[in-house]
Amino acid sequence: MAIFVNENTKVIVQGLTGGQGKFHGLRNRAYGTKVVGGVTPGKGGQDVEGIPVYDSVADAVKATGADASFIAVPPKAASAAILEAAAAGVKFIVCITEGIPAQDEAKTFNTLLRDYPGVRLLGPNCPGIISPGKCNIGITAGEIAALPSAKGPNVGIVSRSGTLTYQALYELKQQGIGVSTCVGIGGDPVPGTSFVDCLAEFQKDPETHAIIMIGEIGGSAEEEAAEFIKANVTKPMSAYIAGVTAPAGKKMGHAGAIVSGGKGTAQGKMDALRAAGVKVGLNPTEAGSLMADIVKGLK
Amino acid sequence: MDLFEYQGKQYFAKFGIPVSAGGAADTVDEAVKVADAAKYPVVVKAQVQVGGRGKAGGIKLANNADEVRLHAGNILGMDIKGHVVKRLWVEHASDISEEYYASFTLDRAAKKHLLMLSAQGGVDIEEVAAKDPDAIVKLHINPVEGLSEAVANKAATDAKIPAKALDGVAKILVSLYRCFTEGDCDLAEINPLILKPTGEVHALDAKVSLDNNAAYRHPEWDEYRATEELDEREQLARESDLQYIGLSGTVGIIANGAGLAMSTLDVVNQVGGSAANFLDIGGGANADQMAAALGVINFDQNVKSIFINIFGGITRGEEVAKGIVEAMSRVELRAPIVIRLDGTNAEVGREILAKAGIPESKLQSKPTMLEAARAAVAIANGK
Repeated sequence: MAIFVNENTKVIVQGLTGGQGKFHGLRNRAYGTKVVGGVTPGKGGQDVEGIPVYDSVADAVKATGADASFIAVPPKAASAAILEAAAAGVKFIVCITEGIPAQDEAKTFNTLLRDYPGVRLLGPNCPGIISPGKCNIGITAGEIAALPSAKGPNVGIVSRSGTLTYQALYELKQQGIGVSTCVGIGGDPVPGTSFVDCLAEFQKDPETHAIIMIGEIGGSAEEEAAEFIKANVTKPMSAYIAGVTAPAGKKMGHAGAIVSGGKGTAQGKMDALRAAGVKVGLNPTEAGSLMADIVKGLK
Repeated sequence: MDLFEYQGKQYFAKFGIPVSAGGAADTVDEAVKVADAAKYPVVVKAQVQVGGRGKAGGIKLANNADEVRLHAGNILGMDIKGHVVKRLWVEHASDISEEYYASFTLDRAAKKHLLMLSAQGGVDIEEVAAKDPDAIVKLHINPVEGLSEAVANKAATDAKIPAKALDGVAKILVSLYRCFTEGDCDLAEINPLILKPTGEVHALDAKVSLDNNAAYRHPEWDEYRATEELDEREQLARESDLQYIGLSGTVGIIANGAGLAMSTLDVVNQVGGSAANFLDIGGGANADQMAAALGVINFDQNVKSIFINIFGGITRGEEVAKGIVEAMSRVELRAPIVIRLDGTNAEVGREILAKAGIPESKLQSKPTMLEAARAAVAIANGK
């Protein structure tokens, strides 16, 4: 088991003939992901190292039976690409594109909600998702993720930041702890998939025994997660929040990472998570060793 | 990107939001010229991006050219909470019957647009929210549906905007919403939104924050970009296309990824140091980017040590190492580097650094983020 994706997930890459799409699409295939096709308007009939390219998502889905899409197109084209995938019947969409205007993002999210309620969007501006040994969609270097062990305990990871996700994967691998699924929800103001969505799935997933959550300043997604954890999550958790020392009013690299009007501070998020019973580390390494302690207790 | 008041008013005007007749001025003579055209009495307002201008003496009423001369002369060059006034906005003084508040933002939790409207304007809206939360109407707008004049009218009624101002306020709300959405604002705020004795409603102030991600479809933003208040380090970083934010500490920071960069600032702070900056060098950093990043850090006189924190995912350790070696051959650094290199091909990278023959007084490699932070802070604190 894993969340959102598994060994049977069939993926198409929108933008497969572009630089990012080709690089990561081929890496995902090399990892063992079933990358069954690519989409680039006007390039239908070509192939990228044996992966057939189609003119539209509808054509690609019809020919390959794909149920997931990996979107690696520029910001101008991303919203249309997301809606095209949803209209073609794709149920799981991963969009790594960084730099989409917030107005477009809000409109796209609410269009999906209204017209395609069964579709899940991960991202934009996210590293993607990996279920080690089964499926890797996005930019995560597969080799840094530890395989889950059959008897467990295995850890689920959910994070707003790309490099901190790698850091978490790496720390768990160093400690010899298996990973069930690692989800990067992305650092934009309107993420398609939230912490709460992932926590709900991890709570249900029999292969996941504990959860690491990595948040950062800005918005209230971590506070909402804390409320959800209090009421619904029984699996043990550790967490880390980046940006304790971030100055107010500045976007810290991610469009969504900003403390404004005294709201969205790291301290407030850490307090909320602690109150929900989550062990909060003051740096990524500490969150990793807190998780190692949790896992020891589960064995 | 935050706009100055005068830019915000010009932006509002593009969307048909009524503002006072006026203009920007950089000198006393220009201020008089603008004031003559706007008709007396006028208000002379300091253009700085900080609250509390009025209390600091940065907003003055002038009844004639002599008074404009006096006030403009006093306000230009004035230091308001660390912001030096370089430009004025001079506009015709409005008679005010009532003051309201209106703003649009994105409510990230609801994933919808949020209108906030109050009949109690002209004061800090946070104060109103704390003292009398019922005085603020909050209305979520689905971005797919938009805002109609009927809905705007109802919101204004709910906010107890008096009948005589209802139509005017509703029309401005619809225009302000268009400015917010089509104009790609993170924030579009009018405080105060005034009712004049003549019955007209108009924007007396403008607070606009633009979404940088949308700059590609707004070539007209270039003029705002040119007046943005950046320090010299930030200007240099922008020219090299680096994600950089200047801070006041002594440890220069370079990291890959926004999250890791934020985390690096935190760890430096935890072990008793303070960061000189935030710098995300991005994925797949190469020698040119590393050299540019080190160049910006090196420009900062306060930097006593440089902490390079790289976790390789796509970024490969050997590329980072080559970048540092090459950068160090191009740039004479003012401070020693402490590097933590982990992830993809980190061993190869560390080997390249070890073999480059750089003395340990200039470059140290540490195996973990915490150890590297301690070493960088020890150097910066002179230990």
